[in-house]
Amino acid sequence: MEWILEPWPWYVSGPLIAGIMFLLLFGGKNFGMSSNLRTMCTIGGAGKKADFFAFDWKSQRWNLVVVAGAIIGGFIGANLLSTDTAVIINSETVTTLENMGFESAGEAYLPAELFATDALTDPKSLIILLIGGLLIGFGARYAGGCTSGHAISGLSNLQLPSLIAVAGFFIGGLVMVHLLFPLIF
Amino acid sequence: MKYLKFLAIGILFGIVMYKSEAASWFRIFEMFRFESFHMYGIIGSALTLGVLGTWLIKKYKLKSIDGEPIKFTPKDKSFSRYMYGGILFGLGWALAGSCPGPIYTLIGAGYISILVVLFGALIGTFLYGVFRGKLPH
Repeated sequence: MEWILEPWPWYVSGPLIAGIMFLLLFGGKNFGMSSNLRTMCTIGGAGKKADFFAFDWKSQRWNLVVVAGAIIGGFIGANLLSTDTAVIINSETVTTLENMGFESAGEAYLPAELFATDALTDPKSLIILLIGGLLIGFGARYAGGCTSGHAISGLSNLQLPSLIAVAGFFIGGLVMVHLLFPLIF
Repeated sequence: MKYLKFLAIGILFGIVMYKSEAASWFRIFEMFRFESFHMYGIIGSALTLGVLGTWLIKKYKLKSIDGEPIKFTPKDKSFSRYMYGGILFGLGWALAGSCPGPIYTLIGAGYISILVVLFGALIGTFLYGVFRGKLPH
């Protein structure tokens, strides 16, 4: 059982993700995480500002419970199921990141330069995280889904809209990493 | 406790996101540089099984545990909203290094700073709701 404390390989993780989608389908629901952001906006009173948020959020309560589970699962994964949380990425990627100023590459789960609690006092890190979040929230709702709704559920159902969305995800990601990162970092 | 099963599914999802390292900013960066098979293997194997299982559910008209037929809601036909929205999402995915699921996983893993990403995502969702009438769909 030692393997469980190691990072899980793709051929274990991928099938488990498919399994989660099927568990939800057999539970009578669809796998989609970004719709929770809309639900949270509605709970916060956004329905007064835009009709998009005027819906009965209680029908989405089950998905908020999935969110609560994901938080607990993250705690378990990090604290009970891991001995070393460093992500061993390709050594070439490490070199690239070190040249960009990411000293924590290959030694941490997330880059300390962006995600360490004291990085929150750095306006640049704060703005990067905030803008990243803005794009995620705006883009996911505009596209009608995120990685779980489009790349997993939608593509599994061979839907053309999801293929277009996933192509968009990759265009955006490639532009960010290859064209914008050299300007940002 | 009809919600208990969803809590269990969520916990499994959170563990898988963390242990697969799909919640790691580094893995997303590495994926977009094509320097590892890891993320492609995760998405590819999930999809292979996903396509197969979805086909089987439809072929044998399988039912959920409540006895209801399993429904797949087709997305509306369009190009612009999926492409434009997808590109914006991709920019954010690479910049913050996490998508909407792993945000919660990382909160549980103890990264306070991910709350800034969550806050941004809520503002982004809100802005979409306000301006959606003015956007090409």
